[in-house]
Amino acid sequence: MDNSEIVKGIRSCILLFATVVVLSLVYTVFITWGTQILFPYQAGGSLIYVNGTAVGSELIGQNFSSPGYFYSRPSAVDYNASNSGGSNYGATSAALMDQVTQRIAKVRSEDNLSANASVPADMVLASGSGLDPHISPENAMIQLQRVARVRGLPESEVKALVDQHTEYPQFGFLGQTRINVLRLNIALDELTKKGKG
Amino acid sequence: MSPEFVYVALLLGVLLVLAVPTGRYIAKVFSGERTPLTPLLRPIEKRFYSLLGIDENKEMSWKTYASALIAFNILSVIAVFLLQEAQGWLPLNPQGFGPVRWDTAVNTAISFVTNTNWQAYSGEQTMSYLTQMLGLTVQNFLSGAVGIAAAIAVIRGFIRKNTATIGNFWVDLTRSVLYLLLPLAIIWALVFASQGVVQTLGPYVAAQTPDSGEQLIAVGPTASQDAIKFLGTNGGGFFNVNSAHPFENPTPLTDSLQVLGMLLIAASLPFALGAMLKNRGQGRAIFASMMVLYLAGLGVALWSETNGNPLLDHLGVAGGINLEGKETRFGIVPTVLFAESTTVTSDGGVDGMHDSFLPLTGLVLLFNMAIGEVIFGGVGVGLIGMIFYAIMTMFIAGLMIGRTPELFGKKLEPSEMIMAVIGLLAPSVTLLLLATLAVVLPAGLFSLNNAGPHGLSEIIYAFASACGNNGSAFAGLNANTIFYNMTTALGMLVGRFATILPALAIAGSLAQKKIVPFSAATLPVAHPLFVVMLVGTVIIVGALTFFPVFVLGPILEHMLLGAGRTF
Repeated sequence: MDNSEIVKGIRSCILLFATVVVLSLVYTVFITWGTQILFPYQAGGSLIYVNGTAVGSELIGQNFSSPGYFYSRPSAVDYNASNSGGSNYGATSAALMDQVTQRIAKVRSEDNLSANASVPADMVLASGSGLDPHISPENAMIQLQRVARVRGLPESEVKALVDQHTEYPQFGFLGQTRINVLRLNIALDELTKKGKG
Repeated sequence: MSPEFVYVALLLGVLLVLAVPTGRYIAKVFSGERTPLTPLLRPIEKRFYSLLGIDENKEMSWKTYASALIAFNILSVIAVFLLQEAQGWLPLNPQGFGPVRWDTAVNTAISFVTNTNWQAYSGEQTMSYLTQMLGLTVQNFLSGAVGIAAAIAVIRGFIRKNTATIGNFWVDLTRSVLYLLLPLAIIWALVFASQGVVQTLGPYVAAQTPDSGEQLIAVGPTASQDAIKFLGTNGGGFFNVNSAHPFENPTPLTDSLQVLGMLLIAASLPFALGAMLKNRGQGRAIFASMMVLYLAGLGVALWSETNGNPLLDHLGVAGGINLEGKETRFGIVPTVLFAESTTVTSDGGVDGMHDSFLPLTGLVLLFNMAIGEVIFGGVGVGLIGMIFYAIMTMFIAGLMIGRTPELFGKKLEPSEMIMAVIGLLAPSVTLLLLATLAVVLPAGLFSLNNAGPHGLSEIIYAFASACGNNGSAFAGLNANTIFYNMTTALGMLVGRFATILPALAIAGSLAQKKIVPFSAATLPVAHPLFVVMLVGTVIIVGALTFFPVFVLGPILEHMLLGAGRTF
């Protein structure tokens, strides 16, 4: 390989790189433009508005701590939607066992369970993202009595609302049966308002 | 059969149905034959070459090919590093992020260029949209394309005879992006966005939540990066928790497409090999060996994870189901399938926290990476790694029957054997040396999140991931320290170039040889016996190298878990 070939090779190298950078900008802008037109709701973050204010994203779990709401799964990052994360505790972690023991005790006392009742895993174990928007139906069924009691609603009405918000596996076999906590709680607020109005 | 196992079977079925034609398509693209996309893309390709002054008919020797590859990678590392340092002054930075810390930036540049996508940083807290688009997404395309180009060059070494050349790096790189990665990425990105993967250049959203005040929700151009992150087996996520994040992997459908995406091209390449060798049986035998190893690992991991955690069961968690670090929408089985797939390929994207898997599940993931990610593997480099093992298998078989070993019609001699051993051992030795360093230095132990044997697993996992160019993590380990940023960067460089360079050397040497006709003394590749021997070689080499450290990490942890010990 003589010198002129090396120079030519370096030139190709730099030009190719520059072109790819430009093309990739075009790619991202094209995808952004296309998705904003085809799927504006999803591409914008699946935001939910109540009375014109964004109250959250359908896909992003948030903290509910008042007993009148269904609680989300525990979060290792306190539902910080700009710093996602899990606990990363291993299976023999003493810190994990302490956390779970406390959470189980809280569930048993708040939801009137017996002292040795077992608790659904998603109720007391933190999600991977810290932003899991869903809970399991078993989890919702345990919280149902508390929510109905605090809100003064008949359990049957709350149960109907839970059933209405239960999502089943996509195409019957993809993923788990689950309930979107934010959607359910917003519907709950509307139901309560209607009852009072 | 439960729906979850229907899901696993269907996904692998779809993979097989798609991999065979994709493999043939890849063979055509790189042989310059006509494909359905040729009328559309060929004019673009030609204009591209004339613009860049590339003569597409000019062939390269392996040394020229390797020099072009290295020069291109050096340029890429410098560009990604500078972009991170300059992002504060550049546009598309709505959160106003400043320059990335130097050691993190070096690590990230090397990580994305070597197709590792190890992420010491938290995406939504560190990188501007411009950095994600121009630095990281670009490298997701290019590093995948470099791997595919290298694999094609190696295949040419087998199919050519009496020549010194193995192809043109610029042409192979361009075709990988234009004919393969880009069309697939557009499809994947659009489907992802339809399911809820966010794609916007706007600032983070401040929501007024019903019960907890304000929540600042990170958004960004995610779908475009998410698509190529799987197709190029990169794995570098937009957000900190990667595909566990609901914006990066919102539904079970996106989850399954992500698994399919990372396996598709890697699983197609053995079929491309068969098509280019004009001997499809040989391609099928390589694919079969990979599939046997894949299913074995998946079986053990599913068994381990569905058994649950006895300690949680004892505390009162129903069934001891280990949902810690997993998302409700996926559940146990899909998360394990994802983890198995992301560690056999060099993808490294995660849809659950690997640190929180049960010990034996973690063992399977470690094994997948430590053997060099040859079970499908990274796009291109997985096939290369498996060819190293095939060379070793043929050498061992040759010793047993007293014949000169051959593979795919080429005689294997000491020079090929030496290169294959370098390719297999250099990453493993580097892994063990760096992990040893981390275990004896305070700077290494300081970063641990878990104590006991799981702490050792965290360290081993970090270096297995780096040296295997995987990029997934036992993320409890705080890897964003100068010690880990520098040591993992070194591991990534060795893992990448000690695989690709010996492979190109083998290609160069084989291309010069004549093709040996199939005879009674040839050990046939397209035969179950070869599959058994190849699988055996992979397991034995992996076990001999890593057994001691696996015993002290995940196996010990499993036994202590059974005895009820916590740390």
